[in-house]
Amino acid sequence: MTSLTPVQIPPQTIAAAPSPRRSARGFLGWLMAPERRGPMLVAPAIATLIVVNIFPLLWSYGLSFFSYNAKYINRPPRWIGLDNYVDAFTDPEVWDRFTNTAVIVIGSVAVQLVVGFLLALLFAREFPLRRYLLMLVLAPMMLSLSAVGVFFKLFYEPTLGFIPRIVQTFTGVPFVILDTPTKAIIAIICADAWMWSPFVMLLVLAGLVSVPKYLYEAAEIDRASTWRRFRTITFPYIRSLLLLALLFRTIETFKIFDVPYVLTEGGPGTSTETISVYLFRLAFNYFRTGRASALGYIVLFGVIVLTSLYLYAIQTRRSEAG
Amino acid sequence: MASREVRAIGQAGWGRTLGAAAISLIYFFPVLFIIMTAFKTRSDALAWPIKFIFTPTLSNFISVFFRVTVEGGAAEATGFGLYFFNSLFIGGTSVLLALIIGTSAAYGFSRFPLRGNDTYLFMILTTRMMPPIIAIIPIFVLFNVFGLSGTYIGIIALYTAFNLPFSIWMVKSFFDDLDRDMEDAARMDGSSEWKVFRKICLPQVYAGLAATFVFAVILTWNEFVFALLLTGTQTRTVPVQIVRTIGGALGVDWGLLSALETLFIIPVVLVTFALQNQLLRGVTFGTIRR
Repeated sequence: MTSLTPVQIPPQTIAAAPSPRRSARGFLGWLMAPERRGPMLVAPAIATLIVVNIFPLLWSYGLSFFSYNAKYINRPPRWIGLDNYVDAFTDPEVWDRFTNTAVIVIGSVAVQLVVGFLLALLFAREFPLRRYLLMLVLAPMMLSLSAVGVFFKLFYEPTLGFIPRIVQTFTGVPFVILDTPTKAIIAIICADAWMWSPFVMLLVLAGLVSVPKYLYEAAEIDRASTWRRFRTITFPYIRSLLLLALLFRTIETFKIFDVPYVLTEGGPGTSTETISVYLFRLAFNYFRTGRASALGYIVLFGVIVLTSLYLYAIQTRRSEAG
Repeated sequence: MASREVRAIGQAGWGRTLGAAAISLIYFFPVLFIIMTAFKTRSDALAWPIKFIFTPTLSNFISVFFRVTVEGGAAEATGFGLYFFNSLFIGGTSVLLALIIGTSAAYGFSRFPLRGNDTYLFMILTTRMMPPIIAIIPIFVLFNVFGLSGTYIGIIALYTAFNLPFSIWMVKSFFDDLDRDMEDAARMDGSSEWKVFRKICLPQVYAGLAATFVFAVILTWNEFVFALLLTGTQTRTVPVQIVRTIGGALGVDWGLLSALETLFIIPVVLVTFALQNQLLRGVTFGTIRR
């Protein structure tokens, strides 16, 4: 910079330059100050969540230390300390429901990962009409969980449902699906996995297309085998997304309520009663509100751990991607 | 902005189309079966093997809305008109509210980070990830205490809070994607913060807001647990009534139930097609963009 000739600046630019806003005085001015912009913008959302979500949660946290029956609102709750929590941890019923849930989660998420992965390989390449066929596969994911429960209730219907009928044409004997615990659990897994495999497919597809093309071109030159190409090039790119799919689906399947509630109503016996269905029964059929609240808090803790793992995985993937 | 289509690597020909078509149709068969049954007469619906060619009838759809009384008099309206209205009204209103509050919060979280910004966002996501049954135990009691259960105000307030975390995360992801240069240029030129938001940021995320709106309406339209416990006879939504229908003592009327399901899911399937490009972001609450 050698020349120091003053530059002609148009007057309106000067006037507008740093902070020419009308400075409101008083409380409103304080409220509208630039440093309070962030808090002001998020305040309505936080307030709504506190009123409708956080306050009831705190309230049920309090209730979890009481013996309380929501049917008799006017009967005062009785303080019983940690008894509800002790019960929740020692009651074999609770462990039984956790086991049911775990079996469904493991079975269903495993099937989803495999089927979703295969579907993703099928749809990885561009081909005519791909967009329309993709829609057929993606549709189940957007349906209502309760609607899917109703679907499968019809399909599994012992005399008229098409699945028992198909089996019967092969075996010749009537086939009842929901009569034994094992078959009932498999039936729920089928319904849930059918609905959510497209979710895994979508994530794996996103991973597949993120692989840089030049890596494949290099592999082509090196005459790497298909398996090797998959293991050393493709897999590292989809690994993080597979992990995300696994965590997300684990969280969601852990909450499974609608499908067993509609399809099996927890039966036969209590063999398909998941933790959510159990909580529902406890709170709204037996009205053991205090106890249900305590158990709910234990479940909530598990979900918080899983959610933070999920967000951690998201961060890791972002920093990997750069 | 890069194309958000469900992208592909490489090309394949019609051979792949054939294979994919077969698999897609098998995969879609449960939905197809319900839609077909909805258009069948009672005997066609129960015929074995499954009839793929039949004369379609609309009688099931008519009986969703009108029930012929036993005396053979005039057809009497079933409640379904009301339930469909409820589903749309409750969904639309609560999502609109959630979107307005959520967009403001999303812009705040994205552009004016608070101390502990990530903690807030994490807590907001957690309220969404937790099993609805946990939240509903105290809400059910509180609604009864305040006389809110069975009212539109109660269920709309609840669904607004239910949709809020989703709206915040989704809309924030769209704001995060924007190129900041234009905003900074506008600030240099002396635009007020309101003008930057209104004239520069907002117009760029209109498509995203529309996608968020539709997604959230679908989520609310599909929601079952809250509706089951907190709606009354006047505010009942469609999923609750469908599940009540199968519980009936008269045995399942397959045609009627399928027609109901068809009316319930067809809008969702069509909208899913329109949303295909935003689907990944939508189903992961905006946490995964591509």
